[in-house]
Amino acid sequence: MNPSDHLSATALHHYVAGDVAVAADVLWAIEAHLENCAPCRARLGDTVIRQSPKTVSLLARVETDLAVSLARSPQMPVARRHRRVGRWAPPGLWPRLAMTVLVVAAALGLDLAGGARVWPSLVLLVAPVAPLLGVAALWSAGLDPAHELVVASPRAGLYMVLRRTLAVLVVIVPALAVAGWLTGASPAAWLLPCLAFTAGALALGELIGLRWAAAALGLAWTAAVITPSLLTLRVPLLLQPVSLPYWAALIAMIAVALVVRRDAYTGLRSTPWFVR
Amino acid sequence: MVRAVSTAETAPTTYGWTIQAEALRVRAGRRMAVDGLDLSVDAGVHGLLGPNGAGKTTLMRSIATVLRPAGGTLTLLGEKVSGRLDLRGIRRQIGYLPQEFGFYRRFTVREFIEYIAWLKEMPAAEIPGAVQRAIERVGLTDRAQDRMKTLSGGMVRRVGIAQAIVNDPAILLLDEPTAGLDPEQRMQFRALLRELGTDTCVVVSTHLVEDVAAACTDVVLIDNGRLVFQGVPADLSAAAGDEAGDGDSAAERGYSAILRRHRDKQVK
Repeated sequence: MNPSDHLSATALHHYVAGDVAVAADVLWAIEAHLENCAPCRARLGDTVIRQSPKTVSLLARVETDLAVSLARSPQMPVARRHRRVGRWAPPGLWPRLAMTVLVVAAALGLDLAGGARVWPSLVLLVAPVAPLLGVAALWSAGLDPAHELVVASPRAGLYMVLRRTLAVLVVIVPALAVAGWLTGASPAAWLLPCLAFTAGALALGELIGLRWAAAALGLAWTAAVITPSLLTLRVPLLLQPVSLPYWAALIAMIAVALVVRRDAYTGLRSTPWFVR
Repeated sequence: MVRAVSTAETAPTTYGWTIQAEALRVRAGRRMAVDGLDLSVDAGVHGLLGPNGAGKTTLMRSIATVLRPAGGTLTLLGEKVSGRLDLRGIRRQIGYLPQEFGFYRRFTVREFIEYIAWLKEMPAAEIPGAVQRAIERVGLTDRAQDRMKTLSGGMVRRVGIAQAIVNDPAILLLDEPTAGLDPEQRMQFRALLRELGTDTCVVVSTHLVEDVAAACTDVVLIDNGRLVFQGVPADLSAAAGDEAGDGDSAAERGYSAILRRHRDKQVK
């Protein structure tokens, strides 16, 4: 705004005096300007102090009267930081993340206790499916009490799901990295499978719901890879470096599928056919 | 404090009805819960009545845009809700209290409503003031710092109403908001409804015919997913005529008389 557009001293004088001669439209313009102009409000304050002791005493009286009731009514506090974390992860996620970290720790314990010399590293075997326990909880009516409110909100959608997925990975991947480092499993071996399973659960979740998708993938991996490799005592081919390009290609395909059907995350799911 | 009014709010509307459904069909599971519904509503308080399983909740969910229509058209604020529409613009203008209102037990009332305001993409600077206003309107100012798990059922319901109105919605959907409220709170709630209804399209689904008669400007009665009756509460009371129907009040007798006539007609 131009400085020349500020209120004139005369206008302020009339306004403070409550002059009846000020036309209604002029009064409106003065107040509209004051609402948006801090310097003019400061000048208004000075003018009131100089010109109208009655207004000053009225304001003082209002202040003392208000102080009594203000002291009684609760004030708005600044939001606590840990509640802002809720914008990344729903509250129901934390117990599941803790559980996952415990499972990884148990696998690590068995490996360190000497098992790893007999069978392939358990940490390596569970790493690909480790995020699924958390992923199952991040977008489902059964595990998030406010799910219907979240789904109905403008923020609902793939972006919000990915945000929450990131919250899961931020906890799980470092835990796996530490466990893998202690057992000597290279991060290259499990990181891509881990991301592929996470993305795969999200993509399958668009079809059958995230909770069921995570359960299906977790069971499939346990039945098809973990159990056979514990029986044959060999590191599965899927977790050997030769498989890495295939995992990368799989992630790329899943990412496309995920984006194509992203609208699935903006609505309530009808119940999947196998639980009806 | 007076809120600054933005140009978007003072712009003239360019649509006829706030909510308009034509031959709307919505699936709930395998059942077609809303089946060929025609409905047009505008600003005001609209009481949605109907027996259990009539499709009230499914209709509310489809207006809240969480269920996609299986057929027919649904137009909200002049925008047709269909597969490819970006819903965010519409959803910012909707307030929704689901029938099963779930909440985070460890959050305080204020934290929970702030979270919902954030979900509704409100500007961060406006959130604290809007949350305080919403809490004051439902009369929970003195409990704002308490955790949700310490609240009684009626208070939780009021938090539900507060989270629905925090973004000053153009469409407010309340699915059974009076369940668990005591008589005094219900009267306060009706006053709040009347106040909101002057410029908002409020749809209240309820089982309590007396709530509708007392607080609504308009009654919408549905059965088996179809519109049976739409009119002012006085029409509902007058509908019974001299018939000796079930019910203790004129409105209740009217309600059961309309339903009975509708079902008789269907049998024929």
